[in-house]
Amino acid sequence: MSSRPQKLLELDPTVVRRARSLARAAGKPVVDLARAHTTVSVERATLRLAGLTGADHEGTPWVNHLVDAVRAEVGLEHGVTTPVWDALHRSEALDLLTLAQKASAGGVGFRLPDGRDAGPARRSARSAVAAGVRAMDRQRTARERIIAKVGDAPRTPWVYLIVATGDIHEDIPQAQAAARAGADVIAVIRSTGQSLLDFVPEGATREGYAGTYATQENFRLMRAALDATSRELGRYVRLTNYASGLCMPEIAVLAGLERLDMMLNDSMYGILFRDINPVRTFVDQRFSRQVHARAGIIINTGEDNYLTTADAVEAAHTVTVSQLLNEYFAKEAGLEDWQLGLGHAFEIDPAVPDSFRMELAHALLARQLFPKAPLKWMPPTKHMTGDVFRGYLLDGFFNLAGALTGQGILLVGMMTEAVVTPWLSDRDLALQNVRYVMDAASGLTEDFHPPRDGFVQNRARQVLSEAVELLEQIVADRDAGGHPPLLAAIADGTFGAMRRPPEAGKGRGGVVVKADGYDNPATALLEEGTAR
Amino acid sequence: MSTPPDVATGRGTLGPLVRPYGDTTGDGMVQVSFTLPLPHDKRAEGAALQLASKMGLAPALLVHAKAMGPDFTFFVVYGSVSHLVDLREVRVVEREYPLLTPAEANQAIRRRLGRKLVVVGACIGTDAHTVGIDAILDIKGFAGEKGLEYYREMKVVNLGAQVLVPELVASAREVGADAVLVSQVVTQKDAHLHNTTTMSAAFREAFPAGQVPLLVVGGPRFEEGTAAALGVDRVFGRGTTPGEVASYLVHELVTSRTTRDARGEQR
Repeated sequence: MSSRPQKLLELDPTVVRRARSLARAAGKPVVDLARAHTTVSVERATLRLAGLTGADHEGTPWVNHLVDAVRAEVGLEHGVTTPVWDALHRSEALDLLTLAQKASAGGVGFRLPDGRDAGPARRSARSAVAAGVRAMDRQRTARERIIAKVGDAPRTPWVYLIVATGDIHEDIPQAQAAARAGADVIAVIRSTGQSLLDFVPEGATREGYAGTYATQENFRLMRAALDATSRELGRYVRLTNYASGLCMPEIAVLAGLERLDMMLNDSMYGILFRDINPVRTFVDQRFSRQVHARAGIIINTGEDNYLTTADAVEAAHTVTVSQLLNEYFAKEAGLEDWQLGLGHAFEIDPAVPDSFRMELAHALLARQLFPKAPLKWMPPTKHMTGDVFRGYLLDGFFNLAGALTGQGILLVGMMTEAVVTPWLSDRDLALQNVRYVMDAASGLTEDFHPPRDGFVQNRARQVLSEAVELLEQIVADRDAGGHPPLLAAIADGTFGAMRRPPEAGKGRGGVVVKADGYDNPATALLEEGTAR
Repeated sequence: MSTPPDVATGRGTLGPLVRPYGDTTGDGMVQVSFTLPLPHDKRAEGAALQLASKMGLAPALLVHAKAMGPDFTFFVVYGSVSHLVDLREVRVVEREYPLLTPAEANQAIRRRLGRKLVVVGACIGTDAHTVGIDAILDIKGFAGEKGLEYYREMKVVNLGAQVLVPELVASAREVGADAVLVSQVVTQKDAHLHNTTTMSAAFREAFPAGQVPLLVVGGPRFEEGTAAALGVDRVFGRGTTPGEVASYLVHELVTSRTTRDARGEQR
């Protein structure tokens, strides 16, 4: 994304290498843990790839019914697909949907087929799941085709705007208006509390609280509307949603099937800020990132959140640590550099002297550490007071820092942050602010070279060395349960001051240790990079 | 107070009547911005001035008008507002507790309680809507405010949804709860009221008088002022933020206490 010279901050390459190798050392045992477990949501996501959709009259999805039924009878240790396709082979039902419906009434006898019967069941399962993977592949190709035909966003940073009415049919005209006003990326905020639902709601939804439910149909409707607007404007307008919470793997699959372009997907956010069980989160994370990698989706990580709970100067290095961990987990799952929208934010108290210089140092550090990633630059929220005039100025400085440091994705700050959900005029003023700064100053990337050993360089190096120290502490952390050091560190409250032990948290009941014969055709297809 | 102000000029500012201040005492100048759902043309500007006039701005000066897309126009208007504010008629409703920042709340607990304030939260009955209790307790919070988990001096136990009243009582006893927060969203057949009275009765039965944890319920359909009838200490309605709840807890359990911890030092 950036054509900036690498030496802008003159970071010591051995320190950078040390930081990355520590991140790997911290992340690897967690990946091993993730590989050793599955979750109800991973299994449901696999069934969604095989084409199982819909819900009963009470809104409980059929994938939930089928996974629960298999779990109750034979467990999920071997994966849901082998018992399910074995049941289909034994003609328990004509197709997957009928099987799920019968199973919900307790009318299907599941078993774990032995060697001879297991083969055909596994082959059929793989073939069914592969059809879903190919559907995601087709959507990825379609995205590339549309961009080639109508054109891409004219420049970076991409301008990222949020809509959130709760009603998908209200969201659509708002999103289209925002795109016409200059947004390159539309994010539809989810309804409050969806992250803690252990099922994905079904259908087009018209009532949400402070946001709109993420459903397959809502995804489809919004993508179709933005395709029309993209053609009208002659530039592809990207769509974003949230692969987080208890249904992260399923939402990732739905995003891949409905051609969403970016997904919020942080490795630790759910653990720290939603008290979701750490093991559940890391298992779901790995699967959802594999899906995003395959579907050509850019992930956005959530480092900005650390700075809303902790001091943005004191905790600056925790952002760097989290970015390094997110990078490790992302690459391990197959994501490429261009798909890593690593997050950071403009949250230093404006009353602190040299706050803008420190913001520049932090933003440049991220830029230099991850030169090929489309970094996501988040606007001030914590120090927006309701004084909208002062807020507008602060947003201008935020935009300037973004322009100066070559950020990839710029979430547009609203002067009415902390006052109201953005009005039409708030969005218009905010976009004028962005356009003015970009037109006036984006060329400054060419002129801006912080002087050697000056304030900006020194501050960036200081944050990096604090990040290395914290990573060293994390890697050395031990707990009585013999958990991976990163989990022990999370339990100690290392991040965001939240203590999250590995045995606690929401959704823990949905974690299952894999048996030796565990089979999941989705994971296999995603890891092999095959389509059949 | 003895000299009434000259209303025409607004001079004599010590009186009970005041006007907004631009750069001259009594000029009454205000600045407003708004959007009308009209394309930007002469008629839209006239409409903006009419609105300003009806808002009491005379004379009104339309200083800025800008089209926002084909169907909307944004205006900035300056003008002298004809209204007078009579300070004698200003009535202020005081909240019974001061709003504290998390740092202030933590400090108060540390200084005056000398231990963590223990809060247990749950959705009781068949209610599975944890949105409310999570908004108050989760660090994620609500309305830009962090939840109670964020407060270093609070120990928060969130039991989640569909918690049975006996379980809630047992948990509160086990962890030595200072306060119990119950969220109720479902209101079918007044379930929220029924559940609340059941809960409060159970606590009053299980704990000796004077040692019952502070009982707090919240939900979109509770009416403020019904706490006594429901047998609880406080009711919070729609839109309550974590900071309000935290400030209330500190007010009730920490700062209003003049003697040592009445519920025993061991907790």
